[in-house]
Amino acid sequence: MNLQPATLQRIDEVITHYPEKRSATLPLLHLIQEDVGHLPADTETWVAEKLGLQPINVYEVVTFYPMFRRQPIGRRHIKVCRTLSCALLGGYKTCETFEQEFNTKAGHTSPDGEVTVEFVECLASCGTAPVVLIDDDLHEKVDCAKAKQLSAQIKAEAAQKKVARSG
Amino acid sequence: MSAPAQTRIIFQHIDEPGYTNDLACYVRHGGYEVLKSAVRRKPEELIDEVKKSGLRGRGGAGFPCGVKWGLVDRKSGKPIYLIVNADESEPGTFKDRYIIHQDPHQLIEGTMISCFANNVKQAYIYIRGEMPHGARILEKAIAEARAAGFVGPNILGTGYSCELFVHRGAGAYICGEETGLIESLEGKRANPRIKPPYFPAVLGLYQCPTIVNNVETLCHVKYIAQHGGAAFSQIGTPGNTGTRIFCVSGLVQRPGYYEFPAGKITLGQLLYDVCGGPLPGRTFKAVIPGGSSAKILRFGERFKGKRKVGAELVDYDWGVEDVPMDFDSLGMIGTMGGSGGVIVMDDSVNMVEALANINAFYAHESCGQCTPCREGSLWMKRITTRMVHGTARAEDAALLQGVADQIPGRTICAFGEACSWPTQSFMAKFGDEFRAYPETKKTPKPAEAAPLI
Repeated sequence: MNLQPATLQRIDEVITHYPEKRSATLPLLHLIQEDVGHLPADTETWVAEKLGLQPINVYEVVTFYPMFRRQPIGRRHIKVCRTLSCALLGGYKTCETFEQEFNTKAGHTSPDGEVTVEFVECLASCGTAPVVLIDDDLHEKVDCAKAKQLSAQIKAEAAQKKVARSG
Repeated sequence: MSAPAQTRIIFQHIDEPGYTNDLACYVRHGGYEVLKSAVRRKPEELIDEVKKSGLRGRGGAGFPCGVKWGLVDRKSGKPIYLIVNADESEPGTFKDRYIIHQDPHQLIEGTMISCFANNVKQAYIYIRGEMPHGARILEKAIAEARAAGFVGPNILGTGYSCELFVHRGAGAYICGEETGLIESLEGKRANPRIKPPYFPAVLGLYQCPTIVNNVETLCHVKYIAQHGGAAFSQIGTPGNTGTRIFCVSGLVQRPGYYEFPAGKITLGQLLYDVCGGPLPGRTFKAVIPGGSSAKILRFGERFKGKRKVGAELVDYDWGVEDVPMDFDSLGMIGTMGGSGGVIVMDDSVNMVEALANINAFYAHESCGQCTPCREGSLWMKRITTRMVHGTARAEDAALLQGVADQIPGRTICAFGEACSWPTQSFMAKFGDEFRAYPETKKTPKPAEAAPLI
């Protein structure tokens, strides 16, 4: 496990929040995923050792919660809300637009590895449907036009980064 | 009769220009004054005020908060924990998001008053994983409050200490169920616990007495500590005291959040006067009044019976529009006030497709512990999805009903009810539409209908 010093520091700090170390399982998984981008293969053994657990105790948590992922995803993560209030206002079309824009299917990553599109359950912002979470930011009333606009923005940012990397 | 004006207690500062979520702004608006006076009172006195207030839990079940606090085992000698349920995940509900983002200190103050009243030394805010900014805002707010002596050791010099930490979920709806939430906070899968014996008030977090309260409920505690239980009980109606935040979403002109005295506004006033009625050219068809698991209401149906008004029993004969928005009235007509999430559907919506959407949600979110729920929720999803995308058969309605009827009452937690009530109520109210669906599919869909599954 190759974690940044800041992450390791936060891990040690968060364990002190609980009278029983095992409670820190979810926080540790969040911190590792934020640092690495996903939960690498040695996550279970590493967290188990840190918290005095068996790897199976960690594995069963990783596989239960939808937000934890054991595979890498794209640089950007688009989560479109699928649930009723958003669907009534066109959430399925919004998701379809992102799929087309990034030439992928929900649950998958674009061929260039840039963007992962997901169709997720209720994001708790039903009054401004349809809503989309891009990385950590919530976008409201995302109809097809706004989905295209957001896609263009993501593509432009990716192109800029590419130039910066090659330059 | 036009709708009454909003009474914004909890949402007083939400969307107020210039109001920011930092401590300085909160204090400028009188923040933490209630905590300052509360910690100089006897804890029992605060509990009594909450009991007097009649405050009912805002998470879904409407259980009286004072009773919940009264059930806490204080004789065992074990520490008492308090958990703020900020998992807000019932589809159609989006009130806590605004409190957390725009007025986090209100929640922290209400929480600390509740902790003091119940001699809690350690509290957690369990916030759903999909609100990363919300979690950061709360962490910052708690740090500010700690620096000012409102949280942590020796609060306001009284010798009373209580820590408060944020704990993030990771995308599982079942964590909103209080014993599932406790399991999750213990670092496990969020499989709800069986009651008895695992009542949180006795055997909760780490097998210690634990209070789990909704965000909105704890904000109300702050108001009650300030103005007294009697004053709170004057707002709303007897048995349904205080204000209620209604989250309106779906096919309506002005969706959003609206705070009204409980029971003082009817569903019709809320949807027509406050939310501006249906979209142009449409008519309302159905409404789910308390989060997506609440039983659906069909516009045009009537509810008759007797209800208590004061000491007397009086007849009522209500259309959907006439139902007062409170726990008891919605309960009387066979649905529930639940989490306050009102989801509106108009005549463009096909009910088979709407149910297919809801069923997909519950199938995804079942924790998988109990067979009737794990298998039943999946069957209901597969049947309704097949009806829409594959072959629809006239007998599917009876099949769905058969599956749904075998779930409730046979599971560890209320998810069994939550996942079967939509199917049962859609069948009861729109059974014709399900039986006719094989024929309906042969005709083109209305152009304005959005795909739902």
